[in-house]
Amino acid sequence: MSVANKEILLELRGVKTFFPIRSGFFNKVTDHVKAVNDIDLDIYRGETLGLVGESGCGKTTLGKSIIQLVHATDGTMMYDFGESGGGKKDLRKLSKEDEQMLHKRAQIVFQDPYSSLNPSFTIFQSLADPLRHFGVKDKEEQRKIIGDILEAVNMRREYMDRYPHEFSGGQRQRIGIARALCVNPEMVVCDEAVSALDVSIQAQVLNLLMQLKEERNLTYIFITHNLSVVEYISDRIAVMYLGKIVELADTEQIFDNTMHPYTEALLSAIPIVDPDHKHSRIVLEGDVPNPVRPPDGCLFHPRCKKCMEICKKERPKLIKHTVEGKDHFCACHLYDNGLAQNG
Amino acid sequence: MQQQAIITVKDLRTYFYSDKRCNKVLNGISFELYKGRTLCVVGESGCGKSVTASSIMQLLPKLSRIESGSITYHAPDGDIRIDLLERNGKEMRSLRGADIAMIFQDPMTALNPVYTIGYQIGENLKYHTTLDKDARRARTLELLTQMGISTPEKRIDQYPHEFSGGMRQRAMIAMAMSCNPKVLIADEPTTALDVTIQAQIFELMEKLKTEHDTAVMLITHDMGVVSELADDVAVMYMGNIVERGSVKEVLKHPAHPYTSALLRSIPVLHKGKNQNLQPIRGSTPDPYDRPKGCQFGPRCDFFCEKCNEMPPESPVCEGHSVRCWNADQVYGSAVKAGSESER
Repeated sequence: MSVANKEILLELRGVKTFFPIRSGFFNKVTDHVKAVNDIDLDIYRGETLGLVGESGCGKTTLGKSIIQLVHATDGTMMYDFGESGGGKKDLRKLSKEDEQMLHKRAQIVFQDPYSSLNPSFTIFQSLADPLRHFGVKDKEEQRKIIGDILEAVNMRREYMDRYPHEFSGGQRQRIGIARALCVNPEMVVCDEAVSALDVSIQAQVLNLLMQLKEERNLTYIFITHNLSVVEYISDRIAVMYLGKIVELADTEQIFDNTMHPYTEALLSAIPIVDPDHKHSRIVLEGDVPNPVRPPDGCLFHPRCKKCMEICKKERPKLIKHTVEGKDHFCACHLYDNGLAQNG
Repeated sequence: MQQQAIITVKDLRTYFYSDKRCNKVLNGISFELYKGRTLCVVGESGCGKSVTASSIMQLLPKLSRIESGSITYHAPDGDIRIDLLERNGKEMRSLRGADIAMIFQDPMTALNPVYTIGYQIGENLKYHTTLDKDARRARTLELLTQMGISTPEKRIDQYPHEFSGGMRQRAMIAMAMSCNPKVLIADEPTTALDVTIQAQIFELMEKLKTEHDTAVMLITHDMGVVSELADDVAVMYMGNIVERGSVKEVLKHPAHPYTSALLRSIPVLHKGKNQNLQPIRGSTPDPYDRPKGCQFGPRCDFFCEKCNEMPPESPVCEGHSVRCWNADQVYGSAVKAGSESER
């Protein structure tokens, strides 16, 4: 991504997605699962943003909220539809027609290639659905577009008349990618797109995703729990914990100048393929707290090794720091008095 | 150091039968497990890692059979041929859980939801020891404390659904370790868990291994896990151990084209975008329609006439053997590359 022209494609401000918990005789809403809790994030055109975190931290919910598969409960999400689409609009207040327009521009690739394709549809039927929806009614034209897209994901044109069970996991995932790309979107949310694949296949799909990005000038939101994958593919990384972003910076920044103690622990927990490298692991104690009743103060403080008094009372904000001339956002009280102290 | 073998597997062949077809899941594998050492078995899904484990435990599904080969357990009072024992006979049942224990992949399904954790751990003690009820409860409490579960007095009477994923896996390990087994087989124990929890479980397993001098067989598909935990490694592909040896040797100087291709296809943390991922072309063959000779042949860069015949297992150096006709060539280039990068 060229740093010079940073054009904001999507601007999230205070986004919250809560799921109600109902109980009792009258099914009253008694509490909320705070899956995504107050997120501010800018997504630039043409970048790959990695969204990482443990299971249950809200990364998938955030991805789905952007695509409008789940509706956010609060905040604004300004998406730039460009001049032809009428400029910036809030995704939470779209009209029916505008929502159609969003779905043509933003698509999603799902995690599980086995359950995301309808087994009773041929590949052609699965892929023609979105095309028909967006106005390509002529069957010959549909076949041509689908054939082209299948070739773009390194599959044969003839495969479009086969059923999903005839393909392996890697091939199905490529069909999932083809389905997302056949309407020519500008943004693709990849929700754990390579997690279910074997390692030897994973590299095929990763390289394909990077190649397609170059060719079609796509913007990716890459959701995963695998930090080595995210380091390979992303320009920027956002680390999430319990529905909040705790650290956000360029990929090299995150890895070279890790700021937040959670990111540090997460990085050290990953086993590395190098028999000579026996690094000291920071082993976190306990589990991720319940998102229904997140702890007071900093969400991470019950597991944090560097916990201070203030962490138990006050929730830190995502503050912009400048490290080696680059922006580095971090939500931690350790850096309240500037960087020098803990540099 | 004198290494004492505890289990010797020789030329083991396990076949699965279905609908007049035969799947040669294990096609002649040999290896040893040593006291106080960890053997990691790595490979892609469907390569026969888990079947190896269930062959040793005699937990194979009904329509399968150990065709030939031997599994010998070197018990303190004489050798026992596990493959000749009746599947659910008295002798096998007295071994299983007491001398040889297993941890399963998914702690959610491996625990019985209608019994308390304490009961399920105590059950093992009931059948394999002469402890009375109070002593069993005391031992269970001790085990839970050892596993790092907080407030064990409360937890012992809780049901699996009240435990988090990491805690369930700890309970599984407590169950497996209850009778101080000589051999511990762990089938992807952390695949379903987050990395921070995975680090906790590994720490625990390391501790138990050194304390009790247990032989551990760890099945995984993650090369990072291998390099952190293993002493020895066996790489499997389509029912064969294609390469085995000490972890340093195999990861540094892979002598089989599959191992070396696998290592080149994984993104490594802290290497960023500069790494060049080389996917393995094609996909794993259909187990009912296997290629002739070397199973990796159709995907291999070193394929030659000779490969239509299965290569024998031959040593490349001390404690490192491989099944490949071109091993010298692959090994030579790996050693050369290794010495160059050191310079």
